[in-house]
Amino acid sequence: MALLEINELSIQFGGLRAVDDFHLTVEKGDLYGMIGPNGAGKTTVFNLLTGEYKPNEGVIRLDGRDITGLSPAEINRAGVARTFQNIRLFRQQSVLDNVKIGLHNRFRYSTAAAILRLPSYFRTEREMDEEAMKLLSVFGLEGEADTISANLPYGKQRKLEIARAMATGPKLLLLDEPAAGMNPNETQELMEDISYVRKNFDMTVLLIEHDMKLVAGICEKLTVLNFGRILAEGDTKTVLQDPEVIKAYLGE
Amino acid sequence: MKNSRGTMTKVSRDNLGTIIMLAVVFAAVSAARAAGLVNSHIDGLLVPICVYAIMAVSLNLVVGILGELSIGHAGFMCIGAFASAFFSKLTAESMGAFPRFLIAILIGGAVAGFFGFLIGIPVLRLNGDYLAIVTLAFGEIIKNLINVFYVGRDSRGLHFSIEGQMALGLEPDGEMIINGAQGITGTPFDSTFTVGFILLMISVIVVLNLTNSREGRAIMSIRDNRIAAGSVGIPVTRYKMLAFTISAVIAGFAGALYAHNLASLIATPARFGYNMSILFLVFVVLGGIGSTRGAIIAAVVLTLIPELLRFLSNYRMLIYSIILIVMMIVNWNPTSRAWIRRHITGRFRRGTGAGEEG
Amino acid sequence: MVSFFSNLINGLSLGSIYAIIAIGYTMVYGIAKMLNFAHGDIIMIGAYIAFSVITSLGLPTGLGILAAILGCMVLGICIEKIAYRPLRGAGSSLAVLITAIGVSYFLQNTALLIFGSNPKMFTPIIPFKYMTVKIGEFSFQTISAISIVVGIILVILLQTFINRTKWGQGMLACAQDRGAASLMGISVNGTISLTFAIGSAMAGIAGVLLCSAYPTLSPYTGAMPGIKAFVAAVFGGIGSIPGAMVGGLLLGVIEILSKSYISSQLSDAIVFAVLIVVLLVKPTGLMGKKIQEKV
Repeated sequence: MALLEINELSIQFGGLRAVDDFHLTVEKGDLYGMIGPNGAGKTTVFNLLTGEYKPNEGVIRLDGRDITGLSPAEINRAGVARTFQNIRLFRQQSVLDNVKIGLHNRFRYSTAAAILRLPSYFRTEREMDEEAMKLLSVFGLEGEADTISANLPYGKQRKLEIARAMATGPKLLLLDEPAAGMNPNETQELMEDISYVRKNFDMTVLLIEHDMKLVAGICEKLTVLNFGRILAEGDTKTVLQDPEVIKAYLGE
Repeated sequence: MKNSRGTMTKVSRDNLGTIIMLAVVFAAVSAARAAGLVNSHIDGLLVPICVYAIMAVSLNLVVGILGELSIGHAGFMCIGAFASAFFSKLTAESMGAFPRFLIAILIGGAVAGFFGFLIGIPVLRLNGDYLAIVTLAFGEIIKNLINVFYVGRDSRGLHFSIEGQMALGLEPDGEMIINGAQGITGTPFDSTFTVGFILLMISVIVVLNLTNSREGRAIMSIRDNRIAAGSVGIPVTRYKMLAFTISAVIAGFAGALYAHNLASLIATPARFGYNMSILFLVFVVLGGIGSTRGAIIAAVVLTLIPELLRFLSNYRMLIYSIILIVMMIVNWNPTSRAWIRRHITGRFRRGTGAGEEG
Repeated sequence: MVSFFSNLINGLSLGSIYAIIAIGYTMVYGIAKMLNFAHGDIIMIGAYIAFSVITSLGLPTGLGILAAILGCMVLGICIEKIAYRPLRGAGSSLAVLITAIGVSYFLQNTALLIFGSNPKMFTPIIPFKYMTVKIGEFSFQTISAISIVVGIILVILLQTFINRTKWGQGMLACAQDRGAASLMGISVNGTISLTFAIGSAMAGIAGVLLCSAYPTLSPYTGAMPGIKAFVAAVFGGIGSIPGAMVGGLLLGVIEILSKSYISSQLSDAIVFAVLIVVLLVKPTGLMGKKIQEKV
């Protein structure tokens, strides 16, 4: 059974069909890319997939379970975590706390334990600290644990967002233009991080990207979107040589 | 190397600082009172100051930490005041002062919390200014309803009405407990500065402990970025409810303290209307939005200013308003803020800039 | 039936006054992106100016109304310049809100110092013998009719101004995107001043109408109508001028009808309860636009 299966997914905004009859199958362990020109509907697919928008038609299954129409929080708890194109960190909180918020559903104690400072509070907080530091060190952010996240440089903010998503313990990680605004060095580092996460956490990744080098470098399979519809799909090499795709990207 | 434990100790040191500050002020004021150095005007203000400080702590939880604007918080205080005074009035003869007041405070908190929860269910689906106006509406409705609420007691038991005193059909020796627009009179004077201080301390500890925990981080994540909070699995509505309900409970405590400091408790606009809610909001914003300590300091200073300006007689409220405007501009104008940062350091302004999205 | 109609007229009249105030609220909210809590007190100042000119100085009514309008206009512009403009770059709408509350206290206490706390009897702008109009067995107050007519005229004038003049277009542009508007050569400061001037002038008119219909005037006269008008603006969808008009009228009618038929003590609670229900069903008000948050 595929990890993620999307069928006949459509959404309309006013008269515009932003996503039309979209389908996608991602197997466990895939590193899958989604590309397409601006406004092709890539982020909209992510928003449908994570419950930010409710689709007009279509079914989304994660591990065989129908998650269509659930709330974003429920979908996250089902095992989908994401990053955002325009970084959405908890800007006033420290880097460590950003990740600890990601750990929210994996470590629990009661409200009373928090207010009364019961032993379970201290024990769980310590476990959360350890787990969060472990994740931060994967992304080379352990030295910045106490920094207010808004003060991080841009590239590190993007990494922190991935670390926070990973903290929720997802089965599927969605990355929305993870390399946007990064310089070539940072992009290179990011590619390594993504490969590392994938190997060491056994993660399935679906990413949207404009940076062709990144896509060609790490994605094995691609879906190309244009005007809300699928233009091409398949393994990366074949897709990137498709004349339709080249036309959509480079113009007539 | 800095590690996570470093963060925690820094935050708890800060919180400890707030608690110590309160304890020192309490000890100093108590000593001054014992030495007879506090004049009667200021002495009479001590309990109200505790009430307002507790309200500031309560509202700061919603506005500064949850990031939602509420301009109906006086409504919860009103509920707490009437619920607790009602209980004290009922049991005035049958119970000792201490257990009676303790239960009255708990009842005030519980009833206010219950209403906070109830109101929160529909209200917290809204965001921003719309949420604010609905809280204002609820505050006004509560005040309005209490003004038409009559309860009396005679040998046959309790009687309720919203028609008027006559509709209760009390026996001649019956006693009015809540008399509509005349409210409750003769609530026992149980509130003291010490009780007020203890309640303030409890509220502060509850809010600080809550803030610095898994629950608090979830609440603040909603303030910082609601969409991102949902995306990492935070049940947004649940945590909005939690913050709102706890805040209402604390407001209920403040109400109980307030009610037991008055000979007659009346739900007038001046006491429980939106003006009051707005005054609490002033404390929170002036205190730096999100800073519990700042909110308390603002509540104390703003309650004392009219008293300290008493020598100005008729001009004092005018001067007060000018001080308020000037303080806001100095505090928030980008140029003056940068100047303050540069010259007076940003040490005391930890919570600054919080809740800007709310 | 007869009494229902006169109640309805009274409601529409009060509603028109709310609407005129609400329009000021909504314009300032739409363009300056702030809740001007002092707006209600500008009504009160307008009424005091008219009162001083007409009753104390004994000048003609028209002059009093004109003075109220001009006085409020100047006041609005000054308040914006002195108290609100310094906070425009602060990035906190709450800070401006609190400052507005400070301004509200300031206006109330200034009035208190000058005129004292005893309510003044406001001389209605209509001579006594024309106070009521009778059509058959159906009668209503002239001031009610005047309020309604003035309300309608003001809305038409304002809509024309906004849609047909370049200043009006500038206001629309600032409402949508202040940065882009300023890049297009629109003076943002000037436009916001103009907004305050118009909004405050309307508050001045509302003050005169309100005190003609309910002729007691005190420093706190403006506070409650101000809040009600704010509710009306939200009711109709804040930021929308037709919305403020509809919201104001509805609010006035609901208030008067519930006063007459349900309970005079509970009329405010009923007004607020209706507001809550409307917002829960349609969270952006009756005529507000739903904005999907970009993710």
